Formats: sequence, C-alpha cells, structure tokens
Amino acid sequence: MIDSVTLSQEPTQKAPHPVDRRARTLQAFVIGLAVISIYGLISVIPAHFDLWAATKVFIANLQLMFFSPNVGNDSHGLLFQALLASIELAFVTTVLGAGLGLVCGLAAAQNIAPSWLCLTTKSVMAFVRAIPTILWVLIYSVALGLGPNAAVVGLTFHSVAYLAKVFANTIEEIPAQTIEALRAGGCGLLPVLCQAVLPSLASRLLSWTFIRFEINFANAVVVGAAAGAGGIGYQLFVASNFYFNFHEVGMIVYYILAFVFVLEVISTKLRHKFID
Amino acid sequence: MTPVTFFRRKQQVMLFTLIALLVSYVVASIALGFQQGALLQVQTGFLWMAQNFLPTATSLKLLPAVLFQLWRTFIIATAAAGVAGVISLLLAVIGAKNLGQRHVSISFFIRGFASVLRNIPIIAWALILLFSFKQNELTGFLALWLMNLGFLTRAFLETIEDFDTGKLEALIATGTSRPVAIMQGLLPEIATPVVEWLLYMIENNVRDATLVGLLTGTGIGFLFDLYFKSINYPAAGLVVVVLIVLVISLELLSTHIQRSLT
Repeated sequence: MIDSVTLSQEPTQKAPHPVDRRARTLQAFVIGLAVISIYGLISVIPAHFDLWAATKVFIANLQLMFFSPNVGNDSHGLLFQALLASIELAFVTTVLGAGLGLVCGLAAAQNIAPSWLCLTTKSVMAFVRAIPTILWVLIYSVALGLGPNAAVVGLTFHSVAYLAKVFANTIEEIPAQTIEALRAGGCGLLPVLCQAVLPSLASRLLSWTFIRFEINFANAVVVGAAAGAGGIGYQLFVASNFYFNFHEVGMIVYYILAFVFVLEVISTKLRHKFID
Repeated sequence: MTPVTFFRRKQQVMLFTLIALLVSYVVASIALGFQQGALLQVQTGFLWMAQNFLPTATSLKLLPAVLFQLWRTFIIATAAAGVAGVISLLLAVIGAKNLGQRHVSISFFIRGFASVLRNIPIIAWALILLFSFKQNELTGFLALWLMNLGFLTRAFLETIEDFDTGKLEALIATGTSRPVAIMQGLLPEIATPVVEWLLYMIENNVRDATLVGLLTGTGIGFLFDLYFKSINYPAAGLVVVVLIVLVISLELLSTHIQRSLT
C-alpha cells in the first residue's frame, strides 16, 4: 500500500525491470504446476489398476443415472420437500452471512476502520475461512447437537468470513481521501456509511451476496450428505450409499441441476446489469 | 418528480424490501426448525474446540502420518487444477466466439458441457466415482478434476471473450497463422487472469479435498473423519491445525504471485 503511494508520487522512478519479474513469476508458476501435475497424475493411479474397466463401469453408471432416472424408494413430493429444505438452509445462512459479513467487512476495510481493528478482523476471518465448512458443521453438531441449528451456525461461519473479505475489498476501492473529505466536512461515521459508502456499492455488494447464495446452496447439499443435516444432499447420500440406486441418484441430480440452472440464469442477468 | 417524492419513494422501496427479506427469513427459519437462540451460542463451538482440539503429546506422534496425507492432498488438489487447466484452456480457445469459431453449435456445446460438469455437486461426482474407481486417491482426484474442468472452462471462456481481438486480427492479417497468433498474441495477454483462476481453484480444491476425502474414505478428510468419529479429538484437532497452516500458506503464496504478476 505504502509502496504504491510513493511510486505514484514519483513517476520518474520506475521499478527495475517489471517485465522480467512478471515473466519469471509466470515461468516459475507454469513449471511448478506442470511438475506437480505430472507427478500427481502418475502417483495417483494405484498399482495393478484396470483404468479402462473402471472407466467403462463409470460410463455405464452415468448412463443409468442420466438416461433412466426415477424416484426409487421416495416420491417426487419428498424429493421436492428435501430440495426446498436445502434452499431454505442456503437462504437463511446467506441472509445471516450478508448481515454479519457487512459489519465485519466494514471493520476490515482499511479506509474506514482503524488499523488495529482492520488487522484483527482480517486475521480472524482468515482463520475462519481456513477451516472447511464441513468441519465447522461437524464441530457444531457436537457442540450444539445434531440438527438444523448446527448446520445453520456452521454454514454461516464460512459465509460471514467469505463475504467480509470480498465486501472489505469492494469497500476499499473507495479512495480514503473521499471518506476523509466527508469526515472533515463534519459528517459523522454513520451518515458517511449509510449515505455515501453503501449506496455507491450496493449493487456490487448485492451481486457478491448472490454469488454466496449459489455457494451456500452447494454447501447445503454437501452438509446434508456428509453431516446428516437433512435436505436433498441427505437423500443423495442415502440413495447412493445405502440403496445403491443410480436411477434415484440421477433423479436427485436433475432436481439439483434444475435449481442451479435457474440460479445461473439469474446471476448472469445480474452480472450484466450491475457489474458490466 | 420532485426530490422529496423521489427520496420518499426510494425509502419506501427500501423499507418494503427489508420487510420482505425479514419475513422470508423468519418463514425459512421456522420451516427449517432453526432456533435463533443458537446464534448466541457461537462461543460454545470455540470453547469446545479450545478444550478438545488442542493437540496433545500422544496425538503429536501421529504427525508424520497426518503430514503425509496433507502432502498428498496438496499434490492431488494442484494436479487436478493443473490437468483440468490445460484441457479447459484448449476447450475455451475452441469455443470462444471471438476467436473465429464459425460453428455456433460447437460453442454452445462446450458451454453446456462446462455448465453441467460444474453444477453437478462435487459430492454426487464423488459418490458415483466411488463405485467404479473404488476407495483410493484416484476417485478423489477425478471428482476434483471433473468439477475443475467445468469451472475453469467457463472462467477461461469468459476471460477470452472479454479480450479485445484487434491485435489478433492484425497479426493474422499480416500473415501469421492462427495457432501461432493465439500462442503469441492471446496467451501472454490473458496469462494473469488464467493464473489467478488456477490459484483460486487450487485453494478451493484443498478445501473440497477434505470433503471428498470424508465421503470417499481417502486422504486428509478420511483421517479427520476417523479421528473425529472415534472421539480422538486431539488428533482431529491436529488435522485441523495442519489444514489451517496449508490453506493460509497457499493464500499467502497466491497473493504473492498475484502481486508479482501485476
């Protein structure tokens, strides 16, 4: 931050060979990625493994799933209810995440919060983000007991940390001088936030929230499958791991795809409207 | 419209939206069976973690095994992104509308393929793959790879379509062949966003690898599940600690790389 300010004040002094540094970083990245990928690809295939036979079985299973889906032991009503439960879970955690994330995002923005608060919030958020969502849900299902409470609290954690980061990045794009000028003019902190900062960023904050809704829906499905929190993910887990019913797995995947495609259409529209 | 009515109407719309949001939040909470009081018990989770997850001397003996699985998780997460990245870039170059793809159907097909791959939940991939590829690292790798393939193809398509093709057309007009023009004119220009997407994907893969491992019984996720469900909490805590270290160091590395690229 300080570097960029001093650089912009002295345009005559350029950084030494910026192109070289970029090229070297790129080269190192590409070589590193290639080496790890090739090593990974070779080491991941188990010894004496018939790759071709496994692939054939996989393709046959995919055919069962996608070309002859049926509801198996459940009914359309039940699956629809399960889908609805997952959507509700995603919605509740997104609303909570957006509300709390906005507060934390403001506290983490360098141009608004004092530096000690900003640093503390950013570190706590990085810590929360580093633990995968599913682990939060598992931890809370022991601490709070299995059920919707643990699922909501666990999912909210990650949403808050994610949104706080992207909100802070968005808010930091407002020049600090603008806010200083408003403050110097005698404007209190709250009016500056409510009248200047938030209205000018509202559309972008909203589209980030919507992106998080998509992620939360995927997470809600996951949580149902891996932590037994109910919803369509749980049905998916039961159908594949207990009943081995690929037809039902296919039907459930179609249910999920249908909803996700609706979300994707909306998000594309939103992006064209607000971001471009 | 006078300013007064304009602001009044704006306030009304705002108020109405907020109320609608609040009502749907309450309805969804009730339908879900979520008690708002649970939000005030957030500290119990942290307390519980502080009490149970602190690695003890006995659990530290498991460190070599945990670190080995962490290393494998990192390798698989990176390899999945790397292999998917190469194929996605190829698909994106073929499918991009502004690079001289005359068949709309091919472009449409690639887009649809990416969308389907990306939107099938990763757990569905993991569960289906488990049947044919059995319980091993390959299953986890393939689940991550399929998801990455969809995600990166779409990301690269958008990156390329944002690219101004004037330079490319100039190169082709002066007699450069199309593949050479794409290699020399397009790739260097989009390198930065491509690297950023790949870094994002690797970070995301480490998180998802935990989940996939949990479901398919491989890697670091399986180790966590094993310790957690056998109530060996200090060992589970050790897994969480090394995961945090990996994710945060990846995040720092990717910020460093991104800074050197701009």
